Parts: sequence; C-alpha cells; structure tokens
Amino acid sequence: MALLEVRDLSVVFKRKGEEPFTAVDGVSFDVEPGQTVGLVGESGCGKSVTSMAIMGLLAKRGVKVSGSAKFDGTELLTLSDKQMRDRRGQELGMVFQDPLSSLNPVISIGLQVAEVIERHRGLSRKEASVQAAELLDKVGIPDPKRRLSEYPHQLSGGMRQRALIAIALACRPRLLIADEPTTALDVTIQAQILALLAELVKETDTALIMITHDLGVVAGLCDEVNVLYGGRVVERAGRHDLFRVPRHPYTHGLLASIPRLDAPRGERLSPIRGSVADNIPWTQGCAFAPRCPNAIDTCVEVTPAMEPDPVVAGERLLRCHNPVEPADRVEQEILT
Amino acid sequence: MLRYTIRRLLQLLIVVGVLSLLLFAWLRSLPGGPVSALLGERATAETRARLTEELGLNDPIFVQYIKFVGRALSGDFGVSTGVQPGDPALDIFLQRLPATLELSILAIIIAIAIGIPLGYLAARRRGSVLDNLSVVSSLIGVAVPVFFLAFLLKQVFAVDLGWFPTAGRQEGGIDATRVTGFFVLDGILTQEWDAAWDAFVHLILPAVALASIPFSVVFRITRASVLDVVDEDYIRTAESKGLTTPVIRRRHVLRNAMLPVVTTIGLQTGALLAGAVLTETVFAFPGIGQALAIGFERRDYPVLLLLILCSAGVFVLINLLVDLSYALIDPRIRTRGGGH
Amino acid sequence: MSTRTDKIDALAEQAARTDSAGVSVAAAAWRRLRRNPVFLFGAAIVVAFVALALLSPWLAPYDPGERMLGDQVIRARDQIPPPQEGHPLGGDQVGRDLLSRILIGSQQTLMVGVLATLIGFTGGLVLGTLAGALGGWVDTVVMRAVDVMLSIPGLLLAVSIGALFSQPNQFTVILAVAMVQVPIFARLLRGSMLAQRHSDHVLAARALGVRQRAIVFRHMLPNSLGPVIVQSTLVLAISIIDAAALSFLGLGNPDDRIPEWGAMLGEAQKAIDSHPHLAYWPAACIIVVALGFTLMGESLREALDPKSRR
Repeated sequence: MALLEVRDLSVVFKRKGEEPFTAVDGVSFDVEPGQTVGLVGESGCGKSVTSMAIMGLLAKRGVKVSGSAKFDGTELLTLSDKQMRDRRGQELGMVFQDPLSSLNPVISIGLQVAEVIERHRGLSRKEASVQAAELLDKVGIPDPKRRLSEYPHQLSGGMRQRALIAIALACRPRLLIADEPTTALDVTIQAQILALLAELVKETDTALIMITHDLGVVAGLCDEVNVLYGGRVVERAGRHDLFRVPRHPYTHGLLASIPRLDAPRGERLSPIRGSVADNIPWTQGCAFAPRCPNAIDTCVEVTPAMEPDPVVAGERLLRCHNPVEPADRVEQEILT
Repeated sequence: MLRYTIRRLLQLLIVVGVLSLLLFAWLRSLPGGPVSALLGERATAETRARLTEELGLNDPIFVQYIKFVGRALSGDFGVSTGVQPGDPALDIFLQRLPATLELSILAIIIAIAIGIPLGYLAARRRGSVLDNLSVVSSLIGVAVPVFFLAFLLKQVFAVDLGWFPTAGRQEGGIDATRVTGFFVLDGILTQEWDAAWDAFVHLILPAVALASIPFSVVFRITRASVLDVVDEDYIRTAESKGLTTPVIRRRHVLRNAMLPVVTTIGLQTGALLAGAVLTETVFAFPGIGQALAIGFERRDYPVLLLLILCSAGVFVLINLLVDLSYALIDPRIRTRGGGH
Repeated sequence: MSTRTDKIDALAEQAARTDSAGVSVAAAAWRRLRRNPVFLFGAAIVVAFVALALLSPWLAPYDPGERMLGDQVIRARDQIPPPQEGHPLGGDQVGRDLLSRILIGSQQTLMVGVLATLIGFTGGLVLGTLAGALGGWVDTVVMRAVDVMLSIPGLLLAVSIGALFSQPNQFTVILAVAMVQVPIFARLLRGSMLAQRHSDHVLAARALGVRQRAIVFRHMLPNSLGPVIVQSTLVLAISIIDAAALSFLGLGNPDDRIPEWGAMLGEAQKAIDSHPHLAYWPAACIIVVALGFTLMGESLREALDPKSRR
C-alpha cells in the first residue's frame, strides 16, 4: 500500500453570487515512502489546491472537497480539525513558495522552528530551542545559535527558505509537500535549495510531493511526474519516460517551449498557444482542445479518459485522443 | 534603538519650534493684532501705544519672536484676559491639565476596551449580524457630531434618568482633599472613597461621548487588520505546523494585527483634545478643552496660544511614545540599521 | 508623527498599486460596488441629499427668513412657536418656519461640504504636487510644514483659523474647515506621486522623453484619483460636522438669514434644555448625510484596495 493514495480528489470553490469554480477535478495519484512525485502545470492548473486539500489547509466555508486522500491507510479528508492538526507538522510537512511572506515577521526564527517541536514532541521551549538550532545547522544555516534570536527580515531569501524547510522537517514527517519552493529565489540559490531538499529527503526516506511549473526542477528531482491541466492529470510517467517520449500534446508543448542551446540554428521556439484563461471545463471534450495543435473532432466532443498509453510501453497513463507520435519528438535527449 | 530615539526627539523639537513660529505669526495676524487681543477693541489710543511699546511691538519682527521664545522658555506665556482674567496662562494650563488627562485616559480606555475585542470578534465572524451591526454603529459613531452626542447622553442619562451628574468634576457638598489634582486618584490616595467615586461618576458621560470617535476608529482598524493578517501566508504556515487554534490566534494573528492598532491608538489619543473642547463644554467640565472653548469665545489669546502649543506638543509626544513602543513590538523597526 | 502620516501614506500607496493593473482595477471595483448594499445605501443618501438641495426652493413651504408671527419679536423661550397646522415642525428661535429652514438648509450645507473639500483638495494639490514633483529641499520644507499642521488636532486647527477673522461669515467658516484638509490631501497626493515615481509607466514615459509637467499631470495625477476620491467623500462628511462644531463654539457664521444645518444645530444648543427639537432636526439631517458620505467613502476604499478582494 502506498503512503499516500489520492483518489478522485475534487475541489470546488463556491462564492456567493458567483458560478462555482472547479479547481481540482478528479485527481488521483500515489506516493510511495521515499518516493518523489512531481505535480506539474501552469499556474491555475490546480496543483497547489490539490496539496492544500491534502493538508486540510483550505478554508472551510465556500469550498467543497470530495474524493479521497488516504495517508498510511487513514482517510485525511474526513478527519476532525483536531486530528488533522495532530498530523500537520508531525507526519505531514509543507514548504511554501514565498519564504518571506511565509514566515511570521514579528516572531524570532528560533521560536518559529521551536514551536512546531514544542507542539508535537511535548518538549519545553528550552529543549525545543536546542533542537531548533540543530535543525538550522542541518539545513545549512551558518551560526545557527545566533540565528535563533533573529527575525525573518534579517535573513537572505535562501536562508529563509532553509528555515522554512527546517520547520517543515522538524518532526521528521513521512510526507513533505513542497509548493514551488524555489520560484521566489535567485537561480543560483534555487539549485542549492533543490539539492538540500533532495539530500534531506533521501537521508530520512521522506516521501516528497514536488509542486512546480518548472520542468527543470522535475528533471532534477522527481521519480514520477503528473502533468496537470485544468484541474485534471493529463499524463503520468516516470521522469525519464516523460522527457524522452512526451505523449500528451500539452506535455510536448511544455517541453518544446523551453529554449535549448543545442537546438538547430534558426529553429524557432514553439510556445503553447493561448493561456489557461481559455479553459473550458471537462464536461464535454478535452479542456486542452482549444489550444491543442493535434486537436481532432473527437477531442471537442468526447472527454478523454485516463488510460494506459496504447503505443509506448511502460507504466504510464495518458488522457488524450490523439497523442503526439513518438517519432516526431525533438527533445528526446533533454537532460539525460 | 538609541539613535532612533534621539532622531525622533530631534524631530519633536523641530516640530515644536516650527509650531511656535506659526503660532507667533497666528497671534500677530489675529484681528486687530495682539494689542486689541489683549486690551479689547475699546481701549484708548494712549493705553494702546503704551502696551505696544511694552510688548516690544515696535521692535523688528525677528527680535519680537526671539523675545517671545525667551519669555515662553521661562514659563511666561502672559496673563489670561478672558478665561480666568488675571491668572497667568501657565497656571490655568497646569490647574486644568489633570482634569482633561483624567477624562482622556478614561475615554481612551473605553475606546480600547470595547474597540479591540469587538473588532477582533467582528473580523472572526465576518459577515455575521454582530459584524454588520458593529460596523454600522462605528460608522454612525463618526457621523454624529461629538457635542450633539454629549448633549444626548446628558439629556437621557443625567437629566431624564438621573443616573449621572449633569456637569462638573465633583459635587459641591463633598469636601475632598486635593493632592495631585487628579480627583479620582486623590480620593484613592486619601482614602476618601466617596470623593473618588463621585469624581469617577462625573467622568463617565463625558468620557463616553469623547470615546465615540476613537472607539469607531480603533474598532475598524482592528477589524481590518485582523482580516488582513488571517489571509497572510505566515498564518497558513502556522496552520501547516499543526499549531492549536489558540496559539495561532494569540501568537501569530493578534501580535501582527495589533501593530496598526497601536499606531491608531496613539493617533486618537493625541487628537482627543479636539473632542474634549466640545465634550467639556457640554458637561461644564473644567478642563483644558473648556478653557479652549471659552478662550475662543472671549478671544483670550495668551491662554489659547499656550494651550494650542501644548496640545500639539502632547500630540507629537504621544506619537513619539507610540512609535517607540511600536519598535518594541515590531522587530523590523527595532533592528533597523542593526541588520546584516 | 510618522504614525498619523502612515495612514495617509498607506492610502496613497493604493494609487501606485491601482495603476499597475490599469483600468481593469477601476472596472472591477465598480463591478463590486454595484453589488455592495453598503455603497448603494450611502450613494442613495448622497443622491437624495443633492436632490433635496437642488429642489428645496420648490419644496419649502415658506421663505426661510419669513417670521411666522409677523412682526412680533420673540423675547422669551416659551414664545417659540410649537408645531402647529401649516408648520409641522414649528418655528425656530426667532419664529421662522423650521421645516422650510431645514429644507433650504441643505443647500448651504452641501455648499459647505463641497467647497471645503474643493479648497482642501486644491490646496493639497498645489503643495503635494510641488513637493512630490520637485523633490529636494522644496519637498522637505513643504512636508515639514504639513507635519506641523497635522500635529494640531483637526478641529482645533479649524477653530484657530476661524478665529483669525474678525467678522466671520459663511466663507471664512468654509475656509477654516477646508484648511484642516489641506495637509491631509497634500500628503496623500505627494505619497501617491512618490510611489509612482518609480513605477514602470512613469519610467517609460520619462525614458521616451515626455516632459516633467506632462508626466505629472497626464500620468501621475490621474492615477492618484482613486484615493483622492475616497478621501474626498470622507472629507465632505467631516467638513459638515466640523462646521457645526465651529458654530457650536461661537465661531460660525453669525448671519442666520440663510440657514445651514451646522449653524442651526450650533445655534439650537443655546436653547437646547427647553427646546431640544430645534437641535434634533438639523442634527438628524447632518448625521444621515455624514453617514451617507462615510458609507460611500469606506466602501469605495474597500473596493479599491486590492487586499480586500476576497
């Protein structure tokens, strides 16, 4: 049994006087212990909402979550608020996108790390602070004892994200969700943070859900990748399979829109047409059809199902009537 | 922190300096000039000429200003012509200050004690009946002229119901010992409980009237601030740690939400004197506000000058104190310049 | 003092934030406002008030200066005419029809609010634009002076300015009330201009060689409009209330031939123990109108604040 089993997870936002908005529409995936799973897609594809739903961090009012998310056999979605609080920070950790706004500006770094240990380990503030210093050291923050009494604005962006990682990993959770952990950082720092995450996860055998729009992050870190579009998973494959043979036109488009140094001279970048704003719901036909270069009549009429790839072998699933032929791929060698 | 304090103190000095210049100019441009201001319109030409010479009004203007500052620094602000004719303006100020302080302190306590908890509750239950009712009442609180509210309170609770006295600081029959000039405090110090209680009862209605605007503002800022903070990313982080709700509220929400509220409280405390002019007049409460009102009515310029200068000084001083206490609760200001 | 000014500055920053998203923000704000019952209620009061001011000459049954009792002079308070047939609210202190005076009074009250706001805005515009556009020592001097003015509680400042005139009239009252708003508008405009000085569209205009004056008037000012409108609605209410307080303190317009609610309320306080209804009517009118402007202003502020969009 997988550590986390997400089945048919849906999230609908309902606001007074507005049309209900389906952000996540029947997402299913598994995460094994120690495995790193990527959720990839453009902003608005539902990847962050999926993670918030698993963590139980969505607002209670105006949000309807359905489906199932089993963690170690326990259904998370039906747990009481108290039971969920006992698990968050303890067994489920989360790292957020913007480290500056995600840290409380008026509370010392020390307390922000220590309070989670205090809460779940039942330690005194003093004992928790000692552990907090050790944690800061472990995530690569120099001079951790002094940092304990400092405040977020005194740290650099990279250091802040390290502090957030320390908080998320403080109680050695079995599952860590990282929501765009590098987006707000400088490129050089991004690589450091990714390396740190990879190292810590490997060391502690923690399962990791990596949420990102950056295929580079996926290539460097994930064992398995779920590509999301319009609130649904459209393609799932192992990292290497996905990059070698992207089958869904959307995945293909994502890869093709990355500039490459080794591309033939004069070849133009091929961006995906339109934007997510053109989304149509999945009720009839494929949501990606209006932007899809491969769209055929069936795509507009029949909603594609998630099925094993009919052509390419391997453990992969695909939601497409007219996938990209393996032969015309250009980006076969990317990052391998 | 020390450098910050010194810089702010210097700013205060500059403001008071510029203010004295402005007030000096103000005094000079009052109808008929300072001579008429002091003697009234009907004085003879001879007395006018004598006073003009005495006041040094024939000197160049900057000499006059320097003399004015010199006299002011030695505590000589002239003699009252209307409020308490013959008394030095400074005495009037010092004698009335405790009354207004007592009143203002009670008013701001009322505003805080109701405004903050109500603002917090309203934000927590956004859109509820409690929320809507308190928002509307806070807006009405700003829309009602203070002196009219004071009158209504007096009419209903003092005149019609007879629950409170209608005017003054103390009932005539009570022979209280004066120690500090703060009547409630005096009563407590001398253990004359009836005097303390009587003085306190006299404070209630004017303080409620005076509290109406600060209450409205504190309430709305608290509500808006809490609403802002609960949407912040760091609250989501706190939730992701599995912290209990009370800890999140106390440690993460309230602490951040109080920052703008502290500022507002300082601002409103400093501005209380404007309301006191009106409330004290309605309740015949012998404080600074009443002296200002009488001073304007009878054009008692020496008293007005001193009282306005002091009220502005107090305003700036309170804001300085607020900024300093702000620095204590907001590390971003405390560690400014000391960072890395 | 940074504290009082912070609040103004925060409002000013909205301008910078608003313009970054362009017209769509204004359009979105309007969409939200149209559905906001608070705004609609406030706007309804304001529209009714303006309509009343315009139509009052036809609505008022009597001339507001005409005495009900003819030439008979009222010497004692018990001679004030009570409500009676043809005069539903009775007469005022000198025996003029109260209803007519209340109705006609809306005109002067509206004028006090509008003129005081306009004067306050214009003064603030001149100072704020000077400081914000020129910068340097002009900025320092102007803003120091503004800070000093802000350190005197508003009403006290209005009263001090009111006292400067030996013969107060309607205009000096308006001027006194308006002067209080000058430093507030000045700070607001300067703040929003400073915030915009580094915004992309101003930098772009500058890079294209657009002249300073054109940048200020064509780019910066229009984008400061949102917070200015918000502030103006609130100032309208404050001005009307302050004018009433000025009358109450004996510094109002002594000429009572043309009625104004604030002056009526201030005047009525003298006979309030025996004839409180003389105060109730103008007070009720002032409260409702001030509430209307405040409701409108606050909901505008909320609609324009991107943070409140949830």
